[in-house]
Amino acid sequence: MWRNPAIRALIVQAVLFLVLAVFIGYLVHNTLLNLEARGIHTGFGFLEGRAGFSIPQTLIEYTSDSTYGRTFVIGLLNTLLVSALGIVAATIIGFLVGIARLSPNWLLARLATIYVETFRNIPLLVQILFWYYAVLRALPSPRQSLSLFDAFFFNVRGMVMPNPQPLDGFAATPWALLVAVVVTILFGLFAKRRQASTGKALPVYWIGLTIIVGLPLIVFLATGSPLEWTLPEMAGFNFRGGVNILPELLALWLALSIYTAAFIAEIVRSGILSVSHGQTEAARSLSLPEAITLRKIVIPQAMRVIIPQMTSQYLNLIKNSSLATAIGYPDLVAVFAGTTLNQTGQAIEIIAMTMAVYLVISLTVSFLMNLYNARTLLKER
Amino acid sequence: MTTDSTFRTEMIEAREAPDQRRGVIGWFRANLFNGPINSIVSIVVIYLLARLVWPFLEWAVIDADWIGTTRDACTGDGACWVFISARFESIIYGFYPDAARWRVDIVFALLAILVAWLAVPKLPYKKWVALFALVGLPIIAYFLLVGGSFGLEYVPTRAWGGLMLTLTIAVLGIVGSLPLGIILALGRRSKMPFVKGICVIFIEFWRGVPLITVLFMASVMLPLFVPGDFDFDKLLRALIGIMFFWSAYMAEVIRSGLQAIGKGQTEAGQALGLNYWQRTGLIVLPQALKLVIPGIVNTFIALFKDTSLVLIIGLFDLLAIIRAGLTDSNWLGFSTEGYVFAAAVYWVFCFSMSRYSQYIERRLNTGHKR
Repeated sequence: MWRNPAIRALIVQAVLFLVLAVFIGYLVHNTLLNLEARGIHTGFGFLEGRAGFSIPQTLIEYTSDSTYGRTFVIGLLNTLLVSALGIVAATIIGFLVGIARLSPNWLLARLATIYVETFRNIPLLVQILFWYYAVLRALPSPRQSLSLFDAFFFNVRGMVMPNPQPLDGFAATPWALLVAVVVTILFGLFAKRRQASTGKALPVYWIGLTIIVGLPLIVFLATGSPLEWTLPEMAGFNFRGGVNILPELLALWLALSIYTAAFIAEIVRSGILSVSHGQTEAARSLSLPEAITLRKIVIPQAMRVIIPQMTSQYLNLIKNSSLATAIGYPDLVAVFAGTTLNQTGQAIEIIAMTMAVYLVISLTVSFLMNLYNARTLLKER
Repeated sequence: MTTDSTFRTEMIEAREAPDQRRGVIGWFRANLFNGPINSIVSIVVIYLLARLVWPFLEWAVIDADWIGTTRDACTGDGACWVFISARFESIIYGFYPDAARWRVDIVFALLAILVAWLAVPKLPYKKWVALFALVGLPIIAYFLLVGGSFGLEYVPTRAWGGLMLTLTIAVLGIVGSLPLGIILALGRRSKMPFVKGICVIFIEFWRGVPLITVLFMASVMLPLFVPGDFDFDKLLRALIGIMFFWSAYMAEVIRSGLQAIGKGQTEAGQALGLNYWQRTGLIVLPQALKLVIPGIVNTFIALFKDTSLVLIIGLFDLLAIIRAGLTDSNWLGFSTEGYVFAAAVYWVFCFSMSRYSQYIERRLNTGHKR
């Protein structure tokens, strides 16, 4: 019987199942006993309770009378905010540095290499603490703020910047933008069809850009520029008017973007290098112009290498944003798995909910990534 | 007189001197100032370097204070490294008792010898040294560091700290996650659906969550899982979390190596009548692991950097010790020095590891170059 692989596999799996079941049962048993001994009631009823603490940055309405459930949403939104800001900045810096590493200019390439090797090899937490305690916390008090164009002020309480106030009629501008995007897409489709039938290409990029920027601008001006910027003013010991951006957010944003950009730069470089030289040579022998070679031959092929790795870096960035808790930026982990957990003691539910959020984000993105990979896989015959 | 057209009759005009492509100036012209755009870029970069790097050097080296034991020694405009040197002992050993620090030194020395032995390709008996590093070293280190037997004084893990704690977590994390990662990688490629399913769920779960939440879980949830009277050491809890977390990443690295080994290797093993464990241990794994050494080292680097997160659950690793020093009322206002020093220490470790992995990659590549 032991010599039959099929039966052997069944026995192995049955034994493994039993061992796991007993082990998990033992853990659950212990947990129930411990919870009973500490007088903790499991369940999600605590989410309805009054939070009773305040949060320094809330994107939606929140007071200390709000529920614990609300703290979850606030934390999640703050996590998403810093992640989105970080992803945009890291992508821009990463692309610039990655291309700079391939520059024929020796000095620029060396500088980019130093950037990558420095920031990649220093723990993110050290960088966050450095930006927060050594740079932003060392800024002067609001009275001695450093100012930029008299509109942006940097001080120990963060950054104060002008606050845009939409007036009547502003709503037309976003609608115009939407219309412009739709028109551009339709125009792109039309240009593609025209090129397929007549072989003549239209300058889609320039026309599209003109429409997307121009139309909202015309509408905005036609409705009488219905946007007012309230400039920050010094009043007493602090600024009045304007938006105050927390130093925690700035520190976390800087550190996350600079750290992740070092990895993105490497991805971009390896992606561009992965396109074999034969491809560019083939394009040249077809006498394609340099710009078209880059846009239609090199970039699409480099993207196939770049995008999957880039998404995993984005996921890392989202997960790394949980380091916010070290400097007290009110993200999901700091607010919900920190303060709320300490106040309610519902460790299992709260940790499970927090982990579930990150798991859902990760699994969704990797599922989409697998679809993308399957679509763009090199078709070999 | 016949005209001999084979020979010239007059001298050739002197040619213009060739472009200066050699020497310092030639190098500058070829690499930095070949064309208007490059020249502008070079000038901008030089300006930036002058504005950023020189003031940093001035701060960190030229105007810095190096000698002294108290804050009074900080007189210059630059950095005050006295802050570091005054608490150097605690940065290395944490709160480990003075009298027992020789034990830490022995473990450090042993670790250094083993790592050097494994890193230099020429030295023999690699397999046995690796086995000793994975099994022998943790046991010796346990008896030396924890104490309580062989007449050594007992030192609770509460007293551990500084670089010593950082290295302990890193080494134990590596030692634990590598074998676990191999098992998970093999399990994920198993044909048994239950085994495969368990491994996939395990790997994807740990890879989907941030290490912070894992550490939170280890510090608040793990105590609930064990019988109430069991004293669960805080360091041990963190280590379990770190090992599970990184074993999932390690498993994915090793899996990519397993996939790269052709099916023919397994089939050849089958033809020789080897069973699964013989085939895996003698044929597939040695080749697969060799292929992914760079990936494994990169995971080590990430693990090493992330040991700093234990500060959040209240362990006093290198970073946490420095941070605690910054709140000392005698030494307020030296956060720049503190964090720059911490960054430099981590950087030295990580950069040397990444250089080593690049070196191995080049060494292993030679056979495939076309």
